[in-house]
Amino acid sequence: MESAVLIFVLPMLMFMLLGIGGKYMTHRTAGRLGTLGLTVITVLAYVTAYRYFGAGRSGGVWLPQTVFHLEWLRFTENLQIELGILLDPISVMMLVVITTVSLMVHIYSLGYMKGERGFQRYYAFLSLFTFSMLGLVVATNIFQMYIFWELVGVSSYLLIGFYYTKPAAIAASKKAFIVTRFADLGFLIGILLLSFYTQTFNFTELMSGNVCASASGATFLGGSVIAWALGLIFVGGAGKSAMFPLHIWLPDAMEGPTPVSALIHAATMVVAGVYLVARLFPLYIEAAPELLVGIAIVGAFTSLYAAVVACVQTDIKRVLAFSTISQIGFMMVALGVSGMGGHAGLGYVAGMFHLFTHAMFKALLFLCAGAIIHTIGSNEMSAMGGLRKYMPVTHITFLVACLAISGIPPFSGFFSKDEILTAAFLFSPWMGVLMSGIAGLTAFYMFRLYYNIFWGAEAKREHTPHEAPVSMTAPLLFLAFVTCFAGFIPFGNFVSSDGVEYTIHLDGKVALSSVGLACVAIGIAFRFYRQASVLPAKMATAFGGFYRAALHRFYIDNLYLFITKRIIFAGISQGIAWFDRHVIDGAMNLTATVTQKVAYCIRGLQSGQIQQYAFVFLIGTLLIVVWMVFL
Amino acid sequence: MDFGNLLYLKEEISLILVMVLLLLFDLFCTGKIRRYFQLTACVLMAVHTLIHLDPMPDGQAFGGMYINSPILSVVKTILNVGTLIIFMQARNWLSRESTSIKRGEFYVLTLSTLLGMYFMISSGNFLLFFIGLETASVPMAALVAFDKYKHNSAEAGAKYILSAVFASGLMLYGISLIYGTTGTLYFEDIPAGIDGCPLQIMAFVFFFAGMGFKISLVPFHLWTADVYEGAPTSVTSYLSVISKGSAVFVLMMILVKVFAPIVEQWQMMLYGLIVLTISIANLFAIRQQNLKRFMAFSSISQAGYLMLGVIAGSAQGMSALVYYVLVYLFSNLGVFGVISIIEQRSGKVRMEDYNGLYRTNPRLSIVMMLSLFSLAGIPPFAGFFSKFFIFMSAAGEGFYLLVLLALVNTILSLYYYLLIVKAMFINSNESPIATFRSDNYTRVSLIACLLGVLALGIFSMIYDRISLLAFGL
Repeated sequence: MESAVLIFVLPMLMFMLLGIGGKYMTHRTAGRLGTLGLTVITVLAYVTAYRYFGAGRSGGVWLPQTVFHLEWLRFTENLQIELGILLDPISVMMLVVITTVSLMVHIYSLGYMKGERGFQRYYAFLSLFTFSMLGLVVATNIFQMYIFWELVGVSSYLLIGFYYTKPAAIAASKKAFIVTRFADLGFLIGILLLSFYTQTFNFTELMSGNVCASASGATFLGGSVIAWALGLIFVGGAGKSAMFPLHIWLPDAMEGPTPVSALIHAATMVVAGVYLVARLFPLYIEAAPELLVGIAIVGAFTSLYAAVVACVQTDIKRVLAFSTISQIGFMMVALGVSGMGGHAGLGYVAGMFHLFTHAMFKALLFLCAGAIIHTIGSNEMSAMGGLRKYMPVTHITFLVACLAISGIPPFSGFFSKDEILTAAFLFSPWMGVLMSGIAGLTAFYMFRLYYNIFWGAEAKREHTPHEAPVSMTAPLLFLAFVTCFAGFIPFGNFVSSDGVEYTIHLDGKVALSSVGLACVAIGIAFRFYRQASVLPAKMATAFGGFYRAALHRFYIDNLYLFITKRIIFAGISQGIAWFDRHVIDGAMNLTATVTQKVAYCIRGLQSGQIQQYAFVFLIGTLLIVVWMVFL
Repeated sequence: MDFGNLLYLKEEISLILVMVLLLLFDLFCTGKIRRYFQLTACVLMAVHTLIHLDPMPDGQAFGGMYINSPILSVVKTILNVGTLIIFMQARNWLSRESTSIKRGEFYVLTLSTLLGMYFMISSGNFLLFFIGLETASVPMAALVAFDKYKHNSAEAGAKYILSAVFASGLMLYGISLIYGTTGTLYFEDIPAGIDGCPLQIMAFVFFFAGMGFKISLVPFHLWTADVYEGAPTSVTSYLSVISKGSAVFVLMMILVKVFAPIVEQWQMMLYGLIVLTISIANLFAIRQQNLKRFMAFSSISQAGYLMLGVIAGSAQGMSALVYYVLVYLFSNLGVFGVISIIEQRSGKVRMEDYNGLYRTNPRLSIVMMLSLFSLAGIPPFAGFFSKFFIFMSAAGEGFYLLVLLALVNTILSLYYYLLIVKAMFINSNESPIATFRSDNYTRVSLIACLLGVLALGIFSMIYDRISLLAFGL
C-alpha cells in the first residue's frame, strides 16, 4: 500500500518539474514527460486498487485503511491538522477514475494542444490539477480535504483561463473561481462549526457515531448545530458540483481547452461535491436525515432545469455542460434518496456507480467534441452536420457515449441510471416519475446533438473535415471500450453504503419503462433532426416564451448580474468603498503621520552618550520598581 | 563526588575541546597549513553540532548547580547552528589583511561566549548563572571592539563593556537581595522563600534589568543601536541572534521556575515593557538610514515579540519561543549575511546604497527579500508560523489586547522591512553596487538561511518535536 504515497507525491513532482523546468524543454519532451509520469501514476493507482480489493473484506466489510499519516500542525492536544492517505472503497474507486481519465486527457492533449503557445504550462497545470484532485479524494480529514478542494479550484481557474489573451476565457475563469469560492465560504464555516462541536477533523472519528451524540445538545434556530454544519458543507459541495443556483459558472468554464473540460468539468472536479456528500454520508444519515431529502430535491430540480436548457442550446460544449449538470443532479438525487445499509442503501451504490460510468462516457463525449471542434474550428452546431463520413471513429465512439448516457442497454449508463431510477421509485413514486422523465429528456437532447453533428445537412466549409490523429482517437476508443463494458462490473461488491456486499438486480418494470421512454425520445430526435426539417422551428414557435427563456437559461445569469452589479456593486459596495477610502485609509494615514511625528520627537533619547544611557537605564529600573511596588 | 555526573556536561566539554584545538592550531601551525584554519573551525563546529543533535537526557551535576534536559540541549543545538553560520559568514571579513593576523582570536572568543551561554542555560543556581553570564559578556566586548583601530568599533566596545558592567552590577545586587531574603541561590529552593514583599520585588526588577540589557528591552536598550552599528557585522549578527536568543530563553526558564510565586507581578511588568519595546523600536526603525542601525531596532522589536512567549509562561509559550528563536536565527542571519558581504565588497551600509541592487546582484536581493519577509511574518515563510505560534501562546493565556497591539506593530514593521525591498527592487539608481561574486562560505551560509526560511514553516515536524520536549517543562 506504500505505492499510494507515490500516487500522492509524483504529480506534485511532475508539476514542479514541468512548471520550473518547462521553459527549457521542447513541447515534445514536456508532453511526453507529463504523459509518462501520469502513466506511472495510473499503474500505481491500479496496483493500489488491486491490492486493496484483493485483500478482501474483514468481518464482511471493506475496512478503511490509513496508509500514510503525518501530523502537520498541532494547535492543541485535540485539534491538529493532519495530512494522510485514507483508502476505502470510494477513495480507491476515485483514484482509478481520476488517473484513468487524466491519462486519457494527457494522451489526447498531445494531439489536441500541438503547437499551442504555453504547451509546457498546460501540462504543468494538468499535473497540478491531478495532484490536487488525488489529494482531495484520499484526504483523511476534512481540513486536508478543504486544502485540496481549494487547490482544485485554483488549478481549474488556471486551466479555464489557459488562453489568457481571450477576454471571454479570463471572464469565465474569474466567474468560476468567484462562484465556487463563494460556495466554499459555506464549506469553511461548516468545517469550523463541525470541528468546534466535535473537536475533530478526522473522518474516521467523525463517523464513529459518538461525536454526534456529544454535540447533539447544541441547537441553532431550531436545528441541531451539526445539521447546520452539514448543510453549509453541502453548500460548498453544491458550488463545486454546479447545483442550482450555483451552476452558472460551469457553462462558461467551457472557454478552457476542451480536454480540460473533459477532465475537470465533466469527469472529476465537478463530482467533488457528490464525493463530499458520499464521504460524509454516514454523518448525514445519523445527524441530519432531513437534509438528505433537501439534497435530493436540489438535485432533482437542478437535473430538470439543466436538461430543459440543454435541449435548446446550440453550442455543443454548452449542451454537454448542461448535460453534465443534469447528470450530477442524478447522482445527488441518488445519494439523497438513499438510506443506510442493505436494500435501502441502493441509492448510495447507484450514485457512486453513476459517478463512475458518467466520468467515462462524459469524458468520451467531451473528447469527441474536442476532435470535432479541432477540425471544424467552431463550437456551433450549425457549422457541423454530415460529419459521419469524414470522422468515422469519432462518429462511432460518440454514438456509443450517446447511447450510454441515454440509458440504452448494454451500455454502462443503462445500469447505473436504472438503479438511480429504482432508488427514486423506492423513495417516492413522484420522484421516480420525475427522474424517468428527465432521463427521457436526456436521450432527446443527446440525440438532437448527435444528429445535428453527424447527420443532417452539411454546412458550407472551406476545407474538408478530417479524422483526428491517432493520439486523439486512441483515448476515444479506449473510453468507448470502457463505456461498453463497465456496466457489467459487479459494482455493489466493491462500493456500498455500509461496506457489506450488495448484489444489484434489475427491476424489470423500471428498466422497461426507462428504455421505452429513451427509445421514444430518440425517435423524436430522429424525426426532428435526422434531415433538415421544419418541425424544430414549429416547436420553437409553439412554445414561444418558454423556448426563449430556456435559450437564455431562464435568465439566471441575468439575475446574478442584476444582483451583483445593481444591488451589491452600486448599492452596498459604494458605501463600503467610501468608508474604506475615508475612514480606514484616513486612520492609516493618521497613524503614519503620528508615527513620523513621534519618531521625530523622541530621537533625542538616542543621543550616543553613554552617561545618558546609564541614566535612563537606572531611572527606568527604579520607575519599574516604584510601579510594581506601589501600583 | 561522582565523576559520572560529568558526562552530563558532554556538550560543554566538547565545546571546550573545539576551542582548545583551535587555539593550539592558531598557536603552532604556521605557513601554508594556516590557510585551512577557517575550514577547520567550521568543520569542528559542524562536528560538534552534529554529535549533539540528539537531545540529552535529564540529569544534573555539581549537586544541582548544573542541570541538563532535552529542551535545553535543543536550545544549545540552535545556538550551535547559528554560530556555525556566523563562522561561515565571517570568513570574508577575517581574511582581510588587517584582521587576518588575529582571526584565531575571533573564533576562540566567540566560542568562549558560547560556552558562557551554555552554562547560563544549564544553570540550576544563580552563582553558575552569573558566571555563565559574565563568561558570555566579557569576551563579547572584545569582539565588539575587534576592529579596534576603527573609531566606531572601539567606541562600540567601550559602550558595550560600560553598559554591561552597569547592568551586571545591578543584577548582582538583585541576586544578593534574593539571597538575603530567601537564604539560598538554588533555583529549586528559591520559590519557597518568595513571598512578594517589596524588597523581593525590587530584587527581582534589578535582576530583570540585567537580563533586559542582554535582550535589549526598552528602557535598557539604548546601547544597542550604537554597538550594532560600530561592531563588525559578523559580531553584530552574533549579538542580535545568539546572545539575545539564549538570554530570552534563560529569562523564561528563571521567570517560570524561580519567580513563579510572583507570576502576576512579572506578567504585569512584561505587559508594559513588551508594548513599550515593540512600539518604540518600531518608531525608531522607521527613521534609520544605516542598515546596521536599522537592524538594531528591528532586533529590539523582535525581542518584544519573543517576550510574548515568555509572558505566556506555559509549555506552549516555551515551545513557541524556542521555535521563534530558531526561525529568527535563520531570517536574521540571512539579512546580516547579505549586509556583511555587501559591506565587505563595496563598503556600503546605507539604505540608499541598496537602490537598484536587484539589477546587479539578483540572487543576493532575493535572499534578502525572503529573509525580510520572514522577519515581517508574511506567509508562507517560516516567520509567519513562528509569529503565529507565539501570538497563539500569548492569546492562549488571555493576553488578547497585547496580541492585538503586537499585531498592529507587525503592520508597522512590515512598512519598514518593505522599504528595503523597495530600495532593492523598485528604486532606480545610476550607480548601483557593482555585480560581484560571493565566496563559497557565504553562499553556503546564505543557502542554509534560505532553506531555513522556506522549509521551517512548512515542515512542522520541527515545531512538533520542540513542543513535545517542552511539555516536559
